[in-house]
Amino acid sequence: MNIIVCIKQVPGTSDVKIDEKTGSLIRDGMDAKMNPYDLYALETALQIGQETEAHVTVLSMGPPQVKEIIQEAFLMGDVDGVILTDRRLAGADCLATSYAISQCIQKIGLPDLIICGKQTTDGDTAQVGAEIAEFLHIPHITNVLKIEEMNANGMIVEADLPGMLQRSEIRFPALITVEKDIYQPRLPSFTRKKRLAGQPMQVFSVQDLADHDENHYGLNGSPTQVMRIFPPETDTTSEVWEGSSQDLAEKLFCALQERKFI
Amino acid sequence: MASIIIHQEKIKNPGDVLKVCPFGAIQYENGVLSISAACKMCKLCVKNGPVGAFELVEQPLVQIDKDAWRGIAVYVEHTHGEIHPVTFELIGKARELAAKIAHPVYAVFVGYQITSKAEELRHYGVDRIYVYDQPELEVFRAEPYAAAMEDFITALRPSTVLVGGTTVGRSLAPRVAAHFRTGLTADCTKLDMQPNTDLDQIRPAFGGNIMAHIRTRNHRPQFATVRYKIFSAPPRLQQPRGEIQVMYLDPERLRSGVRVLSIESKPVVENIENAEVIVAVGRGLRKEQDLELIRALAERLGGQIASTRPLIEAGWVDPRRQIGLSGRTVSPKLLITCGISGSVQFTAGMGAANFVVAINNDPQAHIFKVAHLGLVGDLYEIIPALLQQLGSGQPSQVQEHLKTVKSEVIG
Ligand SMILES: Cc1cc2nc3c(=O)[nH]c(=O)nc-3n(C[C@H](O)[C@H](O)[C@H](O)COP(=O)(O)OP(=O)(O)OC[C@H]3O[C@@H](n4cnc5c(N)ncnc54)[C@H](O)[C@@H]3O)c2cc1C
Ligand code: SF4
Repeated sequence: MNIIVCIKQVPGTSDVKIDEKTGSLIRDGMDAKMNPYDLYALETALQIGQETEAHVTVLSMGPPQVKEIIQEAFLMGDVDGVILTDRRLAGADCLATSYAISQCIQKIGLPDLIICGKQTTDGDTAQVGAEIAEFLHIPHITNVLKIEEMNANGMIVEADLPGMLQRSEIRFPALITVEKDIYQPRLPSFTRKKRLAGQPMQVFSVQDLADHDENHYGLNGSPTQVMRIFPPETDTTSEVWEGSSQDLAEKLFCALQERKFI
Repeated sequence: MASIIIHQEKIKNPGDVLKVCPFGAIQYENGVLSISAACKMCKLCVKNGPVGAFELVEQPLVQIDKDAWRGIAVYVEHTHGEIHPVTFELIGKARELAAKIAHPVYAVFVGYQITSKAEELRHYGVDRIYVYDQPELEVFRAEPYAAAMEDFITALRPSTVLVGGTTVGRSLAPRVAAHFRTGLTADCTKLDMQPNTDLDQIRPAFGGNIMAHIRTRNHRPQFATVRYKIFSAPPRLQQPRGEIQVMYLDPERLRSGVRVLSIESKPVVENIENAEVIVAVGRGLRKEQDLELIRALAERLGGQIASTRPLIEAGWVDPRRQIGLSGRTVSPKLLITCGISGSVQFTAGMGAANFVVAINNDPQAHIFKVAHLGLVGDLYEIIPALLQQLGSGQPSQVQEHLKTVKSEVIG
């Protein structure tokens, strides 16, 4: 059995601010890390790997630095690493990202199971998984809370729907996105670190993909376009009071009374 | 091929321009500047770099015929025919958008034994309701539901498709958007319509500290998802209008690799999304026991408690009570935030609150910029004083607890 886990590198901090005068982004610290939700996806694959001796590959698309998170994955378990990196992928929206990843998965060979994190902390769109499934013409289930059973042909999972829990059987090849807490992700192991220091990873570029028309990737392959970025609006009708706590409490009491909350 | 070209000769200090790019995509190696795959095509280097140093070159694209796509469609989110309220909110917005370009509004209702339930949609002012009512569609599965949506889109060619940002919507919309190889903007907080039928989509980006204005300029249909309670539902019409049209799809096209074994409703928990009054607490709270103070206030005001993410992570508060980007969106009439700094991730979830009161001891806290009423002070003093004002309604246990809290604060 083969499993591919899709992981993404995200900024280590979300403290991105916008300079109101110049309109440019200010980011404190450029350090990057593995998208926290992807740790659950990886842990799920490693758990399945332990039970079924499945072969696990982690795949990440991004700038060359994404090798750092592949190395992080090496420290968590026995996995192969693949990165897809190319300047022509720059500026990709969800569609172009999913398309590139689906092409890369076909390059590696369609596995039995693809596991994605529920969403990322930077894009936060939670739609790449389902788009990859569509491009690969395979079934998918999002928000998986629990894997109950599995065999060579498929598995039984429990997934979160609005107000409902749905238990279903999904046939392989398939894609799932997993909820936080499906399994507790293990910590990177430092004894592994010595052993794995130089473990190689495969590096692909657009040229290696079956479809290498650069118009299908990056900004060119992205139907959505960011027209403008700007700081969030703040409501100007606000009023701020200072004073002794006793006074403030009294004034608040009156304000709540005035508005009929009391 | 659009890309950024660097005119090296216009750059005096190559080391300095690296900072222009917030994504660290500009590299300087062996005396040569280049742009790596980290580039997000944000064009800030063009705008803020040395004059003429960074240039965006774009090839003109072949324009699609936007007139061939008419109508704004809303996907009807439901459980066994019970329509999720986000649907009405989206219909309200769709009507507003459609009026600007004189397009019809459609609703697409996919399920089994739901045709009678479609009647309710006629009270919200859609022009036509398309119903896919077949046994294969009894419960939500992404592929068959996507097949129905694909059939509808191919038949009606709507210009815009709006889907609720629920777990179902977030599973379905991307699948259909990818099928049509078109754009999908998730979790929009504002929508507007251009005369040329381009949808203006505003959503939080880069973790939420920044808003992005997004358009799908040369693809149709344009998909957007919107979370529950971002827009308000229009009033229910006395006089129903709009026709219901039942569609049929060859069961061959409804095949799926997923077989649903069982569905159970989740245990009902108090739901902050529907609460009218919420007292929310953040890291200003020193320890878990002090939640009693917050509970007492919430109880006294007939409301519920909620919190920021750090308290959820600490395990003090149930995750379902998290407000924010990665939590719930709430729309109470009254929201009192206590010891909350007002990070954009948090405020992203409180946008629809009618009246926001903030208690925070830091006069610089961002929460004061978004609250209607800000109190600069210590929550450990203000809340007990307020509870006293509110009078005898509080259980004595809390009284006791307040005493200990107070003495700890003093001591
Ligand atoms: C991708 C992403 C998604 C996120 N999603 C969410 C989300 O959905 N919801 C969310 O809440 N957070 C979210 N966060 C976290 C968010 O960035 C902030 O870290 C968090 O909201 C801060 O919580 P806080 O206001 O409780 O804490 P802090 O920022 O630490 O603020 C505590 C405040 O309490 C005040 N204070 C301290 N003592 C007192 C006192 N005695 N009396 C009065 N005031 C006092 C302080 O002055 C301070 O302003 C997310 C982060 C990321 C990266
Ligand atoms: S376009 Fe934006 S991301 Fe790309 S190099 Fe310029 S500043 Fe960096």
